[in-house]
Amino acid sequence: MSIKRGVSLYSFQHETFLGKMNLEDCIRTCAELGANGIEVIGEQSFWGYPEQPAREEDIQHWHALMEKYGTTPVAHDFMLDYKRYKGRLMPFNEQVESIKRDIDFAKRLGTPFLRALVSIDPDVLVAAAPYAEEAGVKLLLEVHAPLHFDHPWILRHAEAYDKSGSDALGFLPDMGMFLEKFPPVWKARFIRNGVPQKIADYIEKAYEDRVLSEYVIQNVRDMGGVGPALGMAETLRHNAAYEPKRMLAHMDRIHNIHGKFYQITEDLVEPSIPYDQIVKVLTEGGYNGYICSEYEGNRWIEDAEEVDSVTQVSRQQKMLETLISQQGK
Amino acid sequence: MFDNKVIVEDSLAAETLTDGSVGVSVLARLPYYRGLGLSMIENIAVTVDGKEIERSKVRFAAHGNMWTLDEMETEYGDRWNFGEKAKVIALTDEPVASGEHEISVAITMRVSYLPFVPTTRDIKTLSL
Repeated sequence: MSIKRGVSLYSFQHETFLGKMNLEDCIRTCAELGANGIEVIGEQSFWGYPEQPAREEDIQHWHALMEKYGTTPVAHDFMLDYKRYKGRLMPFNEQVESIKRDIDFAKRLGTPFLRALVSIDPDVLVAAAPYAEEAGVKLLLEVHAPLHFDHPWILRHAEAYDKSGSDALGFLPDMGMFLEKFPPVWKARFIRNGVPQKIADYIEKAYEDRVLSEYVIQNVRDMGGVGPALGMAETLRHNAAYEPKRMLAHMDRIHNIHGKFYQITEDLVEPSIPYDQIVKVLTEGGYNGYICSEYEGNRWIEDAEEVDSVTQVSRQQKMLETLISQQGK
Repeated sequence: MFDNKVIVEDSLAAETLTDGSVGVSVLARLPYYRGLGLSMIENIAVTVDGKEIERSKVRFAAHGNMWTLDEMETEYGDRWNFGEKAKVIALTDEPVASGEHEISVAITMRVSYLPFVPTTRDIKTLSL
């Protein structure tokens, strides 16, 4: 068994937002790329949900597409808007009920996994676990930068899951947490937004030198940086080059992966995320689930050029195919 | 994200509400990778030719209904769907003359998992 390839339809958000691709275009594209696993954000792809239940005809359409293109539902990413009410948090029990509704929805879609956002209270997930077990699905916390597998918040989740004894709770790491270099598309956008070249170069270098974000922000201030320059420096608070090997201690709970990327160059390389190391570590850990492409470069280039998510996802899939097959040898 | 795609091109229209108040509208999309329940739309700030429209004079219309921004805050049964073109109406003291107008729309969203409250602003010159 080796690592399988999939795509989160999040990747095509530019085209679907503008109505240039519909659900069938997305699924067909994934199938053409040999990425047979499909991850979906329910409320991005299903009109009206969750304020209204997804329409039965939409669910049938989803399954018809899976059959037509030979694809497999992998995950439904739910949101749990615990700030739905202005000025007060959603009560605990209502949060649990909200997750149960998403579990019902995932069952209708046929996805074995649900992505839970990283800020969700571990006790809420533990309380929803029996319902997930009964439904035969797993709730996976998305471990996402700036959080990481050594962060106390994630360790608290891991402890709560272990204590619960439930195997319906797990993790979905987002590969953006292994941000080795400052992404070129971010730097270019910040320069277009008015960051002086000198400051942009400094921040990029400071990131590579692993300088603590707070020092970088202060140094940029000292260099006369304001507005967008501080914004660029502050991205260092939300990103870091964590160590992919940290996933190894949690392999029994890792069931899906977000193949986050900002750009894949023509020679099939993500300049900022070390996919070669990542695939190596996952193979070492015996991972045989999906890596689902999650293209997030769109928002960094849309002001300057036409976004082409299909080309980007296609390149990442080729890259993954090569890396996975190399590990198999 | 979608910063320059909030206001739909060529969507400026004159409006007269049933109570006789007048203004202009544009079609707008939520600058976000999913939709959002209406109670989480904190604000829609509109300017017409550089003049700020008071919050109480902005209306949001979708699915056959119309809300003030205050009414939206307690609307839990409907949402602004992903990519959906909804109507944002700015009431003005006088009817807006035909011709070109600079319109800006700034949307503030309450997103549960974000440690900040994002505002995305789009500005376009449209013809009435």
